[in-house]
Amino acid sequence: MINSSSDNVKKLNSINRRMFITGSLKFFIMIGIVSRLFFLQVKENKKYLTLSDKNRIREWKLAPVRGEFHDYFGNVIAGNFETYQLHIIPEQVDDFRYVIYRIKDLLELSDKEFKKVLKKKNEIKPWETLIVSDNLSWQKFSKINNHLYDLNGVKPVISISRNYPYKENFTHIIGYVSQANQTDIETTDSIKKNFVPGLKVGKIGLEKSFEDKLIGSNDIERYEVNAYGRRISQLEFQKGERGKNLRLTIDTEVQKLANELLKDQAGSICVMDIYTGDIIAMHSSPSFDPNLFVFGISQDDWQLIRNDPMKPLVNKTLQGNYSPGSTIKPIVALSALENGIINTNFTVQCRGHKHPLELYGQTYHCWKKEGHGFMNLRNAMKQSCDIYFYEIARKLGVDKLSETAKKFGLGKEVFGDLFSIEKSGLVPNTQWKKNALGQGWLLGETIITGIGQGYIQTTPIQLCLMTAQIGNGGHKIYPKIVVDDKKKIQPEDKYMPLYDNSKNIRIVKDAMFASTNEVRGTSFKSRIDNPKYQFAGKTGTAQVKKITERDRELDLKTFEIPYEERDHALYVAFGPYKNPRYALSIIVEHGGSGSTTAAPMAKKLFKLVIDRHKFRQSINNKKYLEI
Amino acid sequence: MYQHTRLTTNRLNFFQKFKNFDYILLICILLLGFISLATMYSTDGGEVLFHTKSHFTKLIVFTFMMLIISFINIKYWFALGYLSYLAVIGLLVATYLFGITSSGSQRWINLYFINLQPSELMKIVIILCLAKYFHRMKLENVNSIYTILTSLIIIILPMGLVIVQPDLGTSVLIAISGIAVLWFAGINHRYFIYTMLGFVISLPFIIAFLKPYQKLRVLTFLNPDRDPLGAGYQIIQSKIAVGSGGIFGKGFLKGTQSYLEFLPEKHTDFIFTLFSEEFGFIGSALLLVIYAIIIYRIVAIGASCRSYFAKIFCYSFGAAIFVFITINMSMVLGLLPIVGSPLPIMSYGGSSMLATMIGFGIVMSARVHNQQLIA
Repeated sequence: MINSSSDNVKKLNSINRRMFITGSLKFFIMIGIVSRLFFLQVKENKKYLTLSDKNRIREWKLAPVRGEFHDYFGNVIAGNFETYQLHIIPEQVDDFRYVIYRIKDLLELSDKEFKKVLKKKNEIKPWETLIVSDNLSWQKFSKINNHLYDLNGVKPVISISRNYPYKENFTHIIGYVSQANQTDIETTDSIKKNFVPGLKVGKIGLEKSFEDKLIGSNDIERYEVNAYGRRISQLEFQKGERGKNLRLTIDTEVQKLANELLKDQAGSICVMDIYTGDIIAMHSSPSFDPNLFVFGISQDDWQLIRNDPMKPLVNKTLQGNYSPGSTIKPIVALSALENGIINTNFTVQCRGHKHPLELYGQTYHCWKKEGHGFMNLRNAMKQSCDIYFYEIARKLGVDKLSETAKKFGLGKEVFGDLFSIEKSGLVPNTQWKKNALGQGWLLGETIITGIGQGYIQTTPIQLCLMTAQIGNGGHKIYPKIVVDDKKKIQPEDKYMPLYDNSKNIRIVKDAMFASTNEVRGTSFKSRIDNPKYQFAGKTGTAQVKKITERDRELDLKTFEIPYEERDHALYVAFGPYKNPRYALSIIVEHGGSGSTTAAPMAKKLFKLVIDRHKFRQSINNKKYLEI
Repeated sequence: MYQHTRLTTNRLNFFQKFKNFDYILLICILLLGFISLATMYSTDGGEVLFHTKSHFTKLIVFTFMMLIISFINIKYWFALGYLSYLAVIGLLVATYLFGITSSGSQRWINLYFINLQPSELMKIVIILCLAKYFHRMKLENVNSIYTILTSLIIIILPMGLVIVQPDLGTSVLIAISGIAVLWFAGINHRYFIYTMLGFVISLPFIIAFLKPYQKLRVLTFLNPDRDPLGAGYQIIQSKIAVGSGGIFGKGFLKGTQSYLEFLPEKHTDFIFTLFSEEFGFIGSALLLVIYAIIIYRIVAIGASCRSYFAKIFCYSFGAAIFVFITINMSMVLGLLPIVGSPLPIMSYGGSSMLATMIGFGIVMSARVHNQQLIA
């Protein structure tokens, strides 16, 4: 059947017309597709290229290498050491159960540790690193290496971690590092910036104060990853910066001696250069081993430290608020001299316990039962006669006394904001009492302030600074513990005289000399005759509770009193007397009297400190190279 | 009107047939085959792996098949019009009954030597069938109710069989192939306009009937960022790949989006994305030019044919191929919602390639036998 010719023509006309319409339509659609391609590939190319790179490039940060702490002589006191670690990336392990049990056997993990590892595994993504152990012994590490054929996907890793070679010696100065927690990350920008899982940051002490300097910056590895986050190839390795090393003014030998002297006792020792303000030693006892904290302290160790009645977690040098006891007497004497209340000839009669100072019905006793007799300033200081100081304090008044005490560094933080934990102590005056307690000042309170009891509270570092400033002839110094701490600008009032008349300082120093080096001086037994080491000091015995009449009658020896009720023993001194260079303060909590417990320590310390002076000088002359 | 003078007999010898070949079309098809092979090699990560090998084999086999088809006189293909349609309908029914289920839809049928997707074949066979149906019809009869109803039934029957698989995308493409024939056959253009309007008006109701995953695709198309890691992932990653290609592309085997497996379905529906990432705007435009030449040649062959059947087949096939390409590209470029539709020849998949090659073969046959009149 053939279509008729006219119909055929019509049909062809129709189909060709429609083909033309379709063709035009196709053309425009094609233009549309090409424009879309142009838009995506040429116009928006940058945007999509960035997105594509964001897709494929991942950064991995590695933990930065932390700066070290060195002592004055360059010995490493907080360093880094290689640790042997065991990492597993779970997705690369064929049979995780088998491998993990095998590791459990090889490392002899306890059930508790094993559960911890499994818990950690569940918290991370399968391609993230699971740290099975972050500090393996060499034996276990090599054992794992020998069994690697059997442990698919297990990676033995050599990493870097913190090490404190002197253990408890420096704990209260430099503190310790431990894993960063959420608060650390949120409050410190440098931690936030450099954070990687397992990063260890300073928790306390200088490790915390100088976090920004010590932390350094991450090594950054850039990897190309696929859609599932698996690393395909390394594109770049950007070396990070090692944290800055910090050199301290501390002399490790002196620090170690301080630790030894205070062994099994609670207390504090600090030694200071009286001209530069360098802290030579600063120890608070008891201390603890900071290495325990680096890999997370075990519950048992933590309880042991926390529940110790001697409170090792408290930095007594900076946080301990103590009554200064008789160690305040040089300041009281100086204040009285400066204010013209007394002169060197001013005499008070001390008649012993039978005739105490009486004021409004209250009695104030001297420590010596028999009494000292007629006392002038030099003798009163030498024998630490309380009656004499009651009298001059009464005449002086607390406001003038507090003025002098504050001038010499009492009542405010010595290191400023360097240590967040440092306490300011308390130097009371009438205004303070009115504001703080809302009561008027009583004369009796002035009298006991004169012998360093009552409201007055000082930290051991303040006492040391006070003594140093007397020792250097009454000039203001700023103690420091970090050498080249350029952040701190030199204060203008450094070495400014703190006295009105330098003669007064000499009188006080002479009285302190007498106290240590003359017969009947309270620390006479601890004296060193050799002028090279000869020092001048003042003992102190701070009561922790009020002495009752009954106590006075009993007159118990120190070891007969319960520990908590024993007096704190204090001692402050500077030396060598002829040409002073160092000052120290010693506090032994519940140590009995200053002359029997604290002063003998000073003898040993001065011997060592002055012996080491020449080494210190030679280091000063050499140009110190930071390693 | 083309007036033929040279031959009175329809018989051509082998060499004459060779001479009649459209070599431009053949070269373009072979070029496309080569490009698709290179792209497939890239999807395999620069190694000759399963997809490349399999694609290569299919390309060789189906190209030969296309040549064989082109040597067979067009009148035999005309003769097979209804039969092939019925055969594929039979396959679709068989698929419905014993098909292989894969990723939630029953699209494949196991023919022992090959897993066939009959819905892909239907895209071509429906053109063959309708072209034959309209070949003998007088123009005044074309717009009769009877004709329209019959042709609609021819279209709707396979559509229904494909929708139940479920495979909305392919069934829409089958419909488009069928409608292309109706358009060229001369059905009143008002019907097309009315249908279009009706479709637009009923769009909200159609959406209400869509399956949840299909609704999600539409929503995702409207705003891919509403679920960038879930439903929007494919389209976002595809756009990133294309966009990051730039003018010159990232270079052969250097497409990071595909190499690092950010691209989904890179062998099949998203092959153009990979190509575009590696060869950039220039490469993509060149690929479009090749497709444009192919479509132009198909239409030109249609114009050169004496028989109405060959004409209507070529025009409709050209339009259908064009729509397949446009839909696939629009989809990967974020212009249309994601519907499963392969890019002819480029995409991995035997059935799609088989159908396309059959189509090319018949077009070529129409060219070789362009003076053939069909009774």
